[in-house]
Amino acid sequence: MANHPPETEHSTTHHIVPTRVYYGVFAALLVLTGVTTWIAYIDLGRFNIYVALTIAVIKASLVMLFFMHVRYSSKLTKVIVASGVFWLMIMFLMTMSDLATRGWMRVPGR
Amino acid sequence: MITATPTQHEPKNYINSDYGIKSWLLTQDHKRIAILYLIVVTAFFFLGGLFAVLIRIELATPAGDLVDSNVYNKLFTMHGIIMVFFFLIPSIPAILGNFLIPLMIGAKDLAFPKINLLSWYIYVAGGVFTLYALMRGGVDTGWTFYTPFSTSYSNSYVIATGLGIFINGFSAILTGLNFIVTIHRMRAPGMTWFRLPLFVWAHYATSMIQVLGTPVIAVTLLLLILERGLHIGIFDPALGGDPVLYQHLFWFYSHPAVYIMILPAMGVVSEIISCFCKKAPFGYSFIAFSSIAIAVFGFLVWGHHLFVSSQSVYAGMVFSMLSYLVAIPSAIKVFNWTSTMYKASVEMSTPMLYAIGFIGLFTIGGLTGLFVAALGIDVHVTDTYFVVAHFHYIMVGGAIMGFLGGIHFWWPKITGRMYADTWSKLSAIIIFVGFNLTFFPQFILGYLGMPRRYHVYPPEFQVFNVLSSAGASILGFGYLLPFCYLLYSLKFGPKAPANPWGAVGLEWQTSSPPISENFEVTPVVTQDAYQYSTREEVKVG
Repeated sequence: MANHPPETEHSTTHHIVPTRVYYGVFAALLVLTGVTTWIAYIDLGRFNIYVALTIAVIKASLVMLFFMHVRYSSKLTKVIVASGVFWLMIMFLMTMSDLATRGWMRVPGR
Repeated sequence: MITATPTQHEPKNYINSDYGIKSWLLTQDHKRIAILYLIVVTAFFFLGGLFAVLIRIELATPAGDLVDSNVYNKLFTMHGIIMVFFFLIPSIPAILGNFLIPLMIGAKDLAFPKINLLSWYIYVAGGVFTLYALMRGGVDTGWTFYTPFSTSYSNSYVIATGLGIFINGFSAILTGLNFIVTIHRMRAPGMTWFRLPLFVWAHYATSMIQVLGTPVIAVTLLLLILERGLHIGIFDPALGGDPVLYQHLFWFYSHPAVYIMILPAMGVVSEIISCFCKKAPFGYSFIAFSSIAIAVFGFLVWGHHLFVSSQSVYAGMVFSMLSYLVAIPSAIKVFNWTSTMYKASVEMSTPMLYAIGFIGLFTIGGLTGLFVAALGIDVHVTDTYFVVAHFHYIMVGGAIMGFLGGIHFWWPKITGRMYADTWSKLSAIIIFVGFNLTFFPQFILGYLGMPRRYHVYPPEFQVFNVLSSAGASILGFGYLLPFCYLLYSLKFGPKAPANPWGAVGLEWQTSSPPISENFEVTPVVTQDAYQYSTREEVKVG
């Protein structure tokens, strides 16, 4: 199995991506950068951060999927990428669990 | 000791295959790169040790009579930074892992030889930045760079040192990436996952942490630099930041970093114990998976460093409970090693002395870890010498004992020379005694309330500090001994045979030192790792 795992065979075949896909992704990234700038001038209240982060996540996903070829990679590579995102979520979630519960303990006099 | 039959021409190996400084500095051979790492990492070890010597001399008396507070702050900071980032983290993976993983899995090299060399240059570049900061006057924030002191108040070279560590981080990421790809893709025919040596499993787990965790410390230090240099508000409340956020980000990496130090040492110990008991390790798959479990759980516990910060008590409770989880895979390893030794004919060689020392010291370090993971006790011992003793038992008693054990175990393979047996056993014992005399009194000091990072203390603490300083001088002597007799062995040591310890494992089936291509022909693996019984039967038959 270590000799010729199916994933190994699959991942050694290079997927040829048409240049129009790269130009398309590049254009999408430019548009989304413009949207980020445009929306920064509009006050959405508490949704400011959510909108900005959503656009950032879409841009990062485009870069990973197309420029970094994750879309065309083996399942193993996808698992490795997903584990990185999962680890990032652990960091966010547990850090935020501190922030979200700090107010639960009532401090006398405050 | 068996000596190889003398021949007129020295057989070609990775050391004599090419000559000249250029052949070393531009090499892509994983074995030569491991030697490059060995040289620089050893230099950093002795530099970090020098700072420790100055700290212990200062603490021999209650008064601050050798250095003033500012210099003392810089001494313990530079000791911590150099030892953690430039010695402990790269020591076993970059030296022994680099040298051994391709040999152990039957490969010719790592998956990305050029990236491997690049990682060494990045490591050196990070070191140069840090040494520059050191020579300009050093840094005084502690190796933890806590905000707001590091961003707003410290007058020392925070940015240069932070950049040095930031750069150095990429070296660890590239090494981890190289190991993961190599272990997945370059195993010899028949070398299935469950035939891998436990050393390789340990390095696989370590690489996961390096790849997933190191970017976080790199980004954190970059944010710190941005706030300090450009006043961008990340951690400073006056600029809209949160100083506890720094601690979260810092420890998200830096707690798992302890497992970057200890997991490879555990891999070394598994190999040594199996070899000198001539037995397969008790519970192979449990030891293998416990490495992965330590790597995974290790990422969920960082909040136990924040119990006395303004972290929420509720988050603290969760982090405390999760911290106890790490004890389970750690205990599995300790019990399995001792079970392997049970009823075995244990050969008390030098590597085995280090391995046994590791088990004892790691157990004390691990058990005291439970003390500091408990919310209540931690409040009492936070920032005291109890914590200093605890993490030195793990990081020095564990990681350095593992490193030295590994160096002694594979030295004949790496250099093709045997070292002095008596001296090496003596030094292992001296290091064990010196270590305990240095750090055990610090548990008591800490529990009695002596805070860390102070160079002046009440006279009633002097007796324990004198014991500790005396132990440090023994420990320092113990560390110098291997440096001397190992260097001596390079020229005067008897030549080592391919397999001086009678070990199984692919690395012992090639010559000592190995040829540049590692094996004459790609080995085909037909049996599990650690088949000592089969080996004996074959011998007898």
